[in-house]
Amino acid sequence: MYVIIVGCGSLGGHLANELSREGQDVVVIDKHQSAFGELSSEFSGFQVIADATEAEVLISARIEDADAVVACTEDDNVNLMIAQIAKQIYNVPFVMARVFNPARTEIYNDLGIDTICPTTLSAIQFKKAIMAADLKE
Amino acid sequence: MKVILAGEGGKLPYFLAKRFASKGYDVTIISSDPEGSTVLARALDKAVVISGDGSDPRVLADADSATADVFVALTSQDARNLLMCQIASQRFGVPKTLALVNDPGNEENFCRLGIGAAFSPTNIIGSLVEQKISLDDINNLIPIEEGRVNISELVLKEGAPAVGLAIRDVPLLPEDAVIACIFRGDKVVIPRGKIVFEAHDKIVLITMPESLGAAIKALNGGRE
Repeated sequence: MYVIIVGCGSLGGHLANELSREGQDVVVIDKHQSAFGELSSEFSGFQVIADATEAEVLISARIEDADAVVACTEDDNVNLMIAQIAKQIYNVPFVMARVFNPARTEIYNDLGIDTICPTTLSAIQFKKAIMAADLKE
Repeated sequence: MKVILAGEGGKLPYFLAKRFASKGYDVTIISSDPEGSTVLARALDKAVVISGDGSDPRVLADADSATADVFVALTSQDARNLLMCQIASQRFGVPKTLALVNDPGNEENFCRLGIGAAFSPTNIIGSLVEQKISLDDINNLIPIEEGRVNISELVLKEGAPAVGLAIRDVPLLPEDAVIACIFRGDKVVIPRGKIVFEAHDKIVLITMPESLGAAIKALNGGRE
């Protein structure tokens, strides 16, 4: 499996390490060299220092051959643009974007992009934990 | 007509807003730079200025986007321009969206992702410069449909290859170059095949950009 991960923050880096350990081909793209510090010493994939919103960058990362693209930069707009390009222009079979702003989730789903919103997920978990703590009424 | 200009503040939205307001359009500016918004609001008495990020649907709601006819995204970030236009058209039903693309490579991608028109200043300025530099005879050049067709104006020099020839007899005039009109002194000459060119004729020419050079050479001679 060939996976392109855009954004090497704590999520992108962690995911890249996990997939690489499983023996998958992984390319990580990030604008900043320092971001690749998130990668473990066993990471055996490729690192590309570039801005993935530049059309050339995804092409040179061979996006047309990718089985999966995960967009998890710090910028919601960038994630959604990359996810749409991957899905609608290059027909990548699995595409997912991280989105921080829950107010926009509905719109993104209208665009046909599968998203994960850490804010919503955390809120749900926090709520569950609070309710389970069985505090007084 | 209502136009929304979404940018980062600065000169581009300012001059566009002035231009559109003078034509009687309702103009709303969304500016992501709070200081820039204040400056724009002070300088433009005819435009509504909203401070905020145009890719946030709440800001688009504040701008009353549902009543807009045209939405123009002008920021320096291609991703933001794409999303703003998509939200404006899908959520607020704005009929026409235009996005500036900073990376010319994104022009085609944006069109395929449903943006009404994507325009790249790099491509526009680049092609203008390239055509101007090689074609000194051109007085005026207007790109149409993002430069897929040009209307240009040139004046026939004394002794130019086309002088003394009928339009239909000019050799090497490209198929996709059309003489739209000839100005001769005070007169307007409607170009038929048998009309004979004279020196100092001002010719209005419609061409594909790639044939412009060849058309000029056929009419006026010179390089290329």
